[in-house]
Amino acid sequence: MADTSILGLFSNVDTAVVGADKLKEAGFEDFEVLTGSPYPEGAFGEKPVKHKLFVFPLIGAVCGFTVGMLLTAGTQMAYPMVTGGKPILSLPPMAIITYEGTMLGAVLFTIIGVIFESRLPRPRLGLYDRRITEGFIGLMVTSSEQRIGRAEQALKDAKATEIKSSARAGA
Amino acid sequence: MQERVPLTEREVNRDLLRPVFTTPLWWWAAVGVLSVAVAAGLGSALYLAINGFGVTGYNRPVMWAFLLVNFVFWVGISHAGIMLSAILRLTQAEWRRPATRAAEVLTIFSLLTAAQMPLWHVGRVWRIYWVFPYDFGRGIWPNVRSPLIWDPSAIFTYLTSTILFVYIAMLPDIAVIRDRATGWRQGFYGVLAMGWRGTPRQWHLQAVSGILLSAIILPIFVSVHSIVSWDFGVAVAVEGWHATVFAPYFVIGAVWSGVAGVITLMALMRWLFKAEKYIRAEHFDGLGKLLSVVGIGWWFFTLMEIIFSLYSKEAAEVSFRTLQMFTWPYNMLFILFFLTGFVFPVTLFLSRTVRHNIAAMFWISIFVNIGMWLERYMIIVPGLMRKQGLTFTWGSYSPGATETILVGSTFAMVALGLLIFSKFFPLIPLSDAKEGEVLRHEIQVGKVKVPAIIREA
Repeated sequence: MADTSILGLFSNVDTAVVGADKLKEAGFEDFEVLTGSPYPEGAFGEKPVKHKLFVFPLIGAVCGFTVGMLLTAGTQMAYPMVTGGKPILSLPPMAIITYEGTMLGAVLFTIIGVIFESRLPRPRLGLYDRRITEGFIGLMVTSSEQRIGRAEQALKDAKATEIKSSARAGA
Repeated sequence: MQERVPLTEREVNRDLLRPVFTTPLWWWAAVGVLSVAVAAGLGSALYLAINGFGVTGYNRPVMWAFLLVNFVFWVGISHAGIMLSAILRLTQAEWRRPATRAAEVLTIFSLLTAAQMPLWHVGRVWRIYWVFPYDFGRGIWPNVRSPLIWDPSAIFTYLTSTILFVYIAMLPDIAVIRDRATGWRQGFYGVLAMGWRGTPRQWHLQAVSGILLSAIILPIFVSVHSIVSWDFGVAVAVEGWHATVFAPYFVIGAVWSGVAGVITLMALMRWLFKAEKYIRAEHFDGLGKLLSVVGIGWWFFTLMEIIFSLYSKEAAEVSFRTLQMFTWPYNMLFILFFLTGFVFPVTLFLSRTVRHNIAAMFWISIFVNIGMWLERYMIIVPGLMRKQGLTFTWGSYSPGATETILVGSTFAMVALGLLIFSKFFPLIPLSDAKEGEVLRHEIQVGKVKVPAIIREA
């Protein structure tokens, strides 16, 4: 049977924290918090975020360095014109362009990493409420239909302003 | 932080999204006037491209003049924008909040403007693609030994990085617009927001990426203006250019003019978008303090450049400095540069009263950039004009109408870009303003309550 999601909306942080505690008491540890502002980590008792973002710029830098080196060395070798008796491969300018390539690779991969680690893009918003970007705080639980009633009761006990359900919304 | 007014998320949305959802009459008028100016610039550029450089005031040996002065100027403006944003993010400076987006967007538009200057300068604009390594058929590749190839690679990296940085930092704000927009705009912002919902994970990644990208972009920022300086510094034959100090000198000059550009922009945003609650005197105070240090540092490099070139008493250097500082009209321009670029601003920035006077800060920031534009002119034009050993013809340079209109239009172009941007995206980051409200606190000290900011370790 498909899982159902419910979203409890709270008008302020304090009631949202009560809601989060009630959900935990009811046995729901994996709830999602949706906010319109960046709150300090752990403000709602949520689990710490684990990610591997720092690996991405390193990979990007290595790729960028390689491309920069191949491009500068390759183009000079492909048209080997000796000027002033100097070596074909001129290292100082190669270093400059390779440096830019390295940094560009690091930035591009960081951006990819941020999008990937943020679990974006998300084609459908799913259960959501526009008031979240207006100051409301959403607590979202996804569970089986048998258990979701307990989560809904926990959110009601915490005096959620409104509770929305994916089943009711037809999502 | 004494001037801060407590705000709710709803108020932040209403205030900062007003320019996105409403279009005042002045906006249309400004866009109209600026568009005419940009069209005039484009017309001049086309006239130049069709008729060649004979229509300008360019004359041998001064073949780098207005267009490249303007190139260096706009690259300089672009640099401090992102530098300011990156350093303030890295140091978690509380007063960064209203300044970062404006600084980053100023970077984008000034870089785009700067990048078109060499485009017209090369004369045969239709062959600009020669800077790209594309010719697999003929096997002719760009000469990587040339600084004129380093420039595009650096600017491309910087522009791409800045655009992506701004976009990623703007995701939460785009989601706010998406939630308020209707019709086609809802779809447009929905696609751009990529399904942002504001989970702790997404906010955490935003914070980490802000710091990480700042840390990566700062070295790019240093490299780009260093590379621009090497366009001049590696030229052995031009005495006024061939200096090892040029890279740090240009970088700090870029910070000086760019941060002044951010002050100009912030003052305009405060007045035009009625953002008094967000852009406050304390922000100008912070920027003024920063600039007084940067201005003195920049002047130190200027002096170093002059003193070291004269200390050896080489005839060529003495001759160049004589032309630059004591020969009409450059002596007059040098005095103007010295007063507007250093004496007035640095002296005035030292005064707290001036730093808290936003109108004064606005005009001083304009002065700084007049001075900095002249600084680039004083480096490039007299540098090339000086009579050199193997030069068979010695012309001087006086700007013609074509390049004057083109250069003038670039100011309109940046302003137009910023105005159009402000119609689609907020120039003050909503998420930063909201975070400031979340972390705002009041602590009791004796009998008074003092506003304070709590911050994560």
